[in-house]
Amino acid sequence: MIDSVASSIGFIVLLFFFGVGAMSVLIFRKDDKLANMWSSFFAIAGSIWGLFFAILTWASPNTIFFTVDSFAFPLLSIFFCIDKLSIFFIFVISLIALFCSIYGIGYVKHFYEKYSIGALGFFYNLFIIGMLLVVTAANGLFFLIAWEIMSVASYFLVVYDRNDRNNVNAGFLYLVMTHIGTVFIIFSFLLIYKFTGSFDFETIKSSVVVIPSSIKNIIFVMLIIGFGTKAGIVPFHIWLPSAHPAAPSHVSGLMSGVMIKTGVYMMIRFFLYILQPVPVWWGLVLLVIGSISSIIGVLYALTEHDIKRLLAYHSIENIGIILLGFGSALTFLSLNMPSLALLGFVAALFHTLNHATFKSLLFLSAGSVINETHTRNMEEYGGLIKYMPETAAFFLIGSMAISALPPFNGFFSEWLTFQSLFQGIAALDFSAKWIFIVSAGALAFTGGLALACFVKVFGVTFLARPRSQKVVHAKESLLSLRLGMGALAILSLLFGIFSGSITSVLEKVGHDIGVFRYTSSFLSISSNQHIVSGGNFASVSAPAIAVFLIAVFIIVLFATKYVVHKNQKIRMGATWDCGTDLTPRMEITATGFARSIITIFKGVLKPSIQHEIEYNDAESRYLPKSRTVTLNINDIYRIYLYEPLNKIFTILSERAKGIQIGNINVYILYIFMALFVALILMI
Amino acid sequence: MLKLLLKIFSTPKNIIFINPDYYNQIEIITIGEKIQDKVKRLFRGSLAIRQVDAGSDNACEQELVALSNAFYDIERFGIHFVASPKHADMLMVTGPVTRNMVEAVKRAYDATPDPKIVVVVGDDAINGGIYNGSYATQDGVNNIIPVDYQILGDPPSPKIILCHLLHILEILDCKSLGLK
Amino acid sequence: MTTIFFWIIQLILVPALSPLGIGVIRKLKAKFQNRQGANIFQPYKDLWKLFHKDEVISTDASWIFRYAPFIVFAVTIVVGFSIPLLVSFISNTVTSDILVVVYMLSIGTFFLALAGMDTGSAFGGFGSSREMTIFALAEGGLIFSLLTLGLIIGTTNLFEISGTISSSYSQSFLPILLSFSGFFIVLLSETAHFPFDNPATHLELTMIHEAMILEYSGKRLALMEWASANKLLIFISLGANLFFPWGIAHSTDIKAILVSIIVFAVKLFIFYGAIAVIESSIAKFRFFRLPDLLMISFILNGIAIGLIL
Repeated sequence: MIDSVASSIGFIVLLFFFGVGAMSVLIFRKDDKLANMWSSFFAIAGSIWGLFFAILTWASPNTIFFTVDSFAFPLLSIFFCIDKLSIFFIFVISLIALFCSIYGIGYVKHFYEKYSIGALGFFYNLFIIGMLLVVTAANGLFFLIAWEIMSVASYFLVVYDRNDRNNVNAGFLYLVMTHIGTVFIIFSFLLIYKFTGSFDFETIKSSVVVIPSSIKNIIFVMLIIGFGTKAGIVPFHIWLPSAHPAAPSHVSGLMSGVMIKTGVYMMIRFFLYILQPVPVWWGLVLLVIGSISSIIGVLYALTEHDIKRLLAYHSIENIGIILLGFGSALTFLSLNMPSLALLGFVAALFHTLNHATFKSLLFLSAGSVINETHTRNMEEYGGLIKYMPETAAFFLIGSMAISALPPFNGFFSEWLTFQSLFQGIAALDFSAKWIFIVSAGALAFTGGLALACFVKVFGVTFLARPRSQKVVHAKESLLSLRLGMGALAILSLLFGIFSGSITSVLEKVGHDIGVFRYTSSFLSISSNQHIVSGGNFASVSAPAIAVFLIAVFIIVLFATKYVVHKNQKIRMGATWDCGTDLTPRMEITATGFARSIITIFKGVLKPSIQHEIEYNDAESRYLPKSRTVTLNINDIYRIYLYEPLNKIFTILSERAKGIQIGNINVYILYIFMALFVALILMI
Repeated sequence: MLKLLLKIFSTPKNIIFINPDYYNQIEIITIGEKIQDKVKRLFRGSLAIRQVDAGSDNACEQELVALSNAFYDIERFGIHFVASPKHADMLMVTGPVTRNMVEAVKRAYDATPDPKIVVVVGDDAINGGIYNGSYATQDGVNNIIPVDYQILGDPPSPKIILCHLLHILEILDCKSLGLK
Repeated sequence: MTTIFFWIIQLILVPALSPLGIGVIRKLKAKFQNRQGANIFQPYKDLWKLFHKDEVISTDASWIFRYAPFIVFAVTIVVGFSIPLLVSFISNTVTSDILVVVYMLSIGTFFLALAGMDTGSAFGGFGSSREMTIFALAEGGLIFSLLTLGLIIGTTNLFEISGTISSSYSQSFLPILLSFSGFFIVLLSETAHFPFDNPATHLELTMIHEAMILEYSGKRLALMEWASANKLLIFISLGANLFFPWGIAHSTDIKAILVSIIVFAVKLFIFYGAIAVIESSIAKFRFFRLPDLLMISFILNGIAIGLIL
């Protein structure tokens, strides 16, 4: 039984679940309720099977290879390779898909009779299939097909709420950007094919030595652009903050939690596995990209007041943190320090897992808030903790996890990332050392800024008084929504508490990759989750921190309540307001909260302020009727990268127009010339 | 509302009369030490005062501010001014209570946690003083909130305020109405 | 036996001593202003009185406001337990890591800032905003200043750093000095002292820390005030025992422990004195000049790390 699950059959059954879910839901597309139940059932069943499959396959020592060879194309083979790295990603995808699907049952109810639920179910299941195929494909062409399934399915999910013009624009931007990325991937695959003569990853790996180092560098840059666009690294991230908010929230959770990680997966697959050995500067470049992404991501997140855009910017930040771990791993590996490299690799994978849990949790809770208030603008929230107490608690847990507060999971992966950067500072020579110092500094600042940002989000959304009438009608969400969020919240805590066991599991993932096969671990982990890094360089113990904090908290609570002045009375009163009535406008706004940080970083964020005053009487300018202040943030990468690029392309197109005269004879001449040149080149 | 009115009615608005000879002769430090002793017994050694300006002409404020300067240095006796009525034990209200400040005074009173003492400082605050009968004022704090003690003077000098504070504390001690 | 005794000391020393430190600062500041000032034990009396008062809680406040004081206070106790105070020979490998201590302190800041926003008062909101701005910029300097010591010694365990750093003082004098200057700037910012914040201000518009706790009263106010005193003592102990580790007891020898108690008291007095001198001699900085100061702290620490041999 176990053997048959943990084999190719198990995986095909997994695909089958989602495939049947996707296809059959189209039959029931007329009935919204049935379509929802049907597609959710298959998605949930498939996810549970996926978890089951991942856990069972984990136990078996062998890597699963299998081909489905019924096609006559010579270069395309449907070739799967499921090693431990793939299993890890199947696990993450299934885990997040499970809770997002549970959440989706209740969440899509508000789309009933507005849009086709059948289409949503179809693309949702197809999207999960796409991701599963991406992390298991072992052939370049087959991978590209899977990559496209994933991208196109997610595009249709982004534009699902199509009556909003912004969503359609966001979807278009996403489609363009993701295909620019794909173009670069195709180019690099073709280059690889030119030298190795194969699209099969295993064949490429065995003959990678024939690729000249200069070509390898070009391939590296193209793959960074290609996969980086999907992962959302700065400056290729512009689609991310507009596309993620546009999708339905459970899809945003999947996209932000899992889909962008497929970019990270492919980077790991190529840089750490297929293209090994690699030069030192690759890792350093990744470190620099990681630092920039994390800082820029969190800074732009601070400026946002659209709750889902804000979370999307945090995804960019966290991808940056993952790249810091992965980049240090690559650097150490090139410098022949495999145990340190394993540390960085584990940090990157652990943060991938953690970010998937808490980011999907945050997106789901944000979705549940949006579902009740019908707006994404944080300035119209306020006081929601009284209307939606459970959602607020889940969001608080997510905020604490993403701000890396112990004992939640975000802290432990950030701790590991810090350790690998610290080891780099301690062990490396001058120039590399400074890059590590800057990266560690970027990570430290990111931590602080992320904390500030989540104080802002939680405070403005859930605390104080309602800022608009939209909040007053909010009610706690349906059970299925709370189930999905609650499970992820518990996982955020559990992944933190059991950080030791998870770290050792992730080291096994590393050992399964060729380069780390005989690497001794830099960490020593005892059975009570106590992680020690590098002999006695640093140590952390999640259960101890949790127990200490909770025990002291309870003691303090009871001591103050029952020991000192037992019969103290607590009177409820108004907030002290100096005698003026407190209106919602007096509470701090999201923009106001971040204002000082924006002013400090005005070199990067380029804020611009517009004042508009309307007077009652144009003659006497003493009594303004209304006054508007608009604070705008200019995207530097748009100004300095995309706009010049846009200009260049426009100019080139204008020039190209010159040869299009409209005369058919001239066109025939062009064809002849092209043929001639091609013939000469052939010779 | 009615409750507040009843309380205003039932609270004794003690005006303390002290023979001027007494505070002309006595040294500040002696008063201070006596106050310190009372504060220790009644307020566990720490008396927090929130000063509310209810439309005062700022004469009383000047005298109250003078209490914390290097000469009077009220802090050494365990008394300090705080930034929020929620932190306070004693509200010191000055001014005849202008119409705009009515609500503010009431709210400051509400915001002060029990047990609390309200002391009004200056003739204006007791009955409106020179503003008595003005359409813009409410003729004294005791029309707005329950007042426990009143300090005479227009304005009272810091030393007089200290003397009165001592007397208030002595009365409290006799009635043992302090925080114990 | 002695170890258990020292663990108990670790647990109670910070809360027991911290109000005294505040009292000392206030006394010294009063002396600078030619006043006599309050008794140095006045903060204990303030706390004790507040613990015996009733409370007024805003109707707008949620459970975050109600439980934040306990969380903030508990965090300072746990951190106080995790840093070297009198002795360095007891070993705590679970919570004494630099990063663990720094991020546990962040939990306190997180809930303090949320509590400031919870009542919907205008003061609390901008207090939180300013606090988080300064906190976010101080984070890098704090981690790096402690990391400098960690890299010199080769461990980030605080007890081990304080136990062994004196031996490497002669060869890494400059990095330690640089990182201490960075650390001291962070100390002033995190504990709300001049030139960042005026702890004695009554003007709501200039407040940072105080603005967030304006709404608290009674027991909860006492806990908040006590927690901020604890935080000051924690930072000063870190500065005193990690950067100037002389006198800290390395063994259970009774003489060494007596010496360490005296030396610790002297070091604390010097630190509190330095803060009082700073508070009396310079003005508060304009808010938007503070980032420069914090960046200086970060850069000093970066240079310090670069200089480690």
